[in-house]
Amino acid sequence: MKIKSNIAISDNGFVFNPVTGESFTANPTGLEIMNQMRRGASAPQIVETLCNMFQVEPTQAERDLQDFIEMMRQYHLLTYDEE
Amino acid sequence: MTKNRPKLTIGVTGLNAIDSPGPGVAVIRGLREAESFDCRIIGLSYESLEPGIYMHHLVDKTYQIPYPSAGTEALMQRLQYIQQKEKMDVIIPNFDAELFSFMRLSGTLRSMGINTFLPENEQFEARQKVNLYNFGKEHGISVPPAKVIYTLGEAQNIDKDFDWPLVVKGKYYDASLAYNPEQVRSAFNKISAKWGLPIIIQKFIHGSEYNVTGLGDGQGNTLAAVPMRKQYITDKGKAWGGISIADEKAIELTRHFVKASRWRGPFELELMMDKEGQYHLLEINPRMPAWIYLAVGVGQNIPEAVARLAMGWPVKPFEHYEVGKMFVRYSWDMIVDISEFETISTQGEL
Repeated sequence: MKIKSNIAISDNGFVFNPVTGESFTANPTGLEIMNQMRRGASAPQIVETLCNMFQVEPTQAERDLQDFIEMMRQYHLLTYDEE
Repeated sequence: MTKNRPKLTIGVTGLNAIDSPGPGVAVIRGLREAESFDCRIIGLSYESLEPGIYMHHLVDKTYQIPYPSAGTEALMQRLQYIQQKEKMDVIIPNFDAELFSFMRLSGTLRSMGINTFLPENEQFEARQKVNLYNFGKEHGISVPPAKVIYTLGEAQNIDKDFDWPLVVKGKYYDASLAYNPEQVRSAFNKISAKWGLPIIIQKFIHGSEYNVTGLGDGQGNTLAAVPMRKQYITDKGKAWGGISIADEKAIELTRHFVKASRWRGPFELELMMDKEGQYHLLEINPRMPAWIYLAVGVGQNIPEAVARLAMGWPVKPFEHYEVGKMFVRYSWDMIVDISEFETISTQGEL
């Protein structure tokens, strides 16, 4: 599962899908998750980063990550081609 | 480069840049930005308050022309008068309702020195809303099922054929969503009073609206295609903002449509994408859309290409356009002297 390669993500969290024309605004947590995914980080690595950056418990970070991934899936921002 | 450019005199209709805008002003902006020719623009208007009439930086001179309901003879007489004065090289009609007259007159216009690049009669008829379902069936394009009705009686028990809500459409313009028989009656009366009969009842497709504007050369080749997603839709269903997108599926569908129909001229496809990601063709508009300037802005000057094709000049297919460019429409109050309104109202030209 990866973020589709054509999805544009700006430094301030603006997300644009050039195929559908849809755009979204991600908060700093969401932006960090997307940037980590783009760098190829695993789920445990992303959770660890979130815990360090935002001072949250791992269970909270895991839940937020799963919620965010589910949201990205619903918005057709993910690809499963290389799973 | 600019010194040697030919100068074309081009007549353009659709100057009603209002809340449900005609494409004329956007088409003229494209023509003004043409790299291959200079132009003098002759506005052809139907009413005295079409804003384009007063946009003197875009339109050099405007003449009123008779409504399509007055018949082709009246239009021809008026165009002969205008041609004596203006020596137009090209006319680009921009309304669905007037296209038939211009198509019918195209041979005579050519003999007068006025060139057009319009769909063939058969293509024009095949894409009519009343024929669109069969057109889709014939060419393997998904079109929502529709029923053509002439009386309210035929709308009785319509829910045997369609689920609620359904779409009630006019022959040329207007569409309403109806959730029950009472709303069907109301929409039927309202739309038929304005645009006549028949009325089209069409299955409603849930999804997102997309549009493609393009240009066919009449030989089955797509010369231009720009897909757009509406971002802001007015209460009349018109795009007030939109963005160019990189949807190969929409472009493939467009190429298929042009190849199958051997479409000649500019067009707009209105598409609905359902939850499964499948496109359904809702309408084919046989002209440029009001948002055509987005196509110009992303690198495909379709108005320029239409004028060139009308002149019989070569046009290379556009291969690229910029993705992620938006148009945002705005309204702007022009201050106009009453004498201008008086002139166009009483003399029919300004």
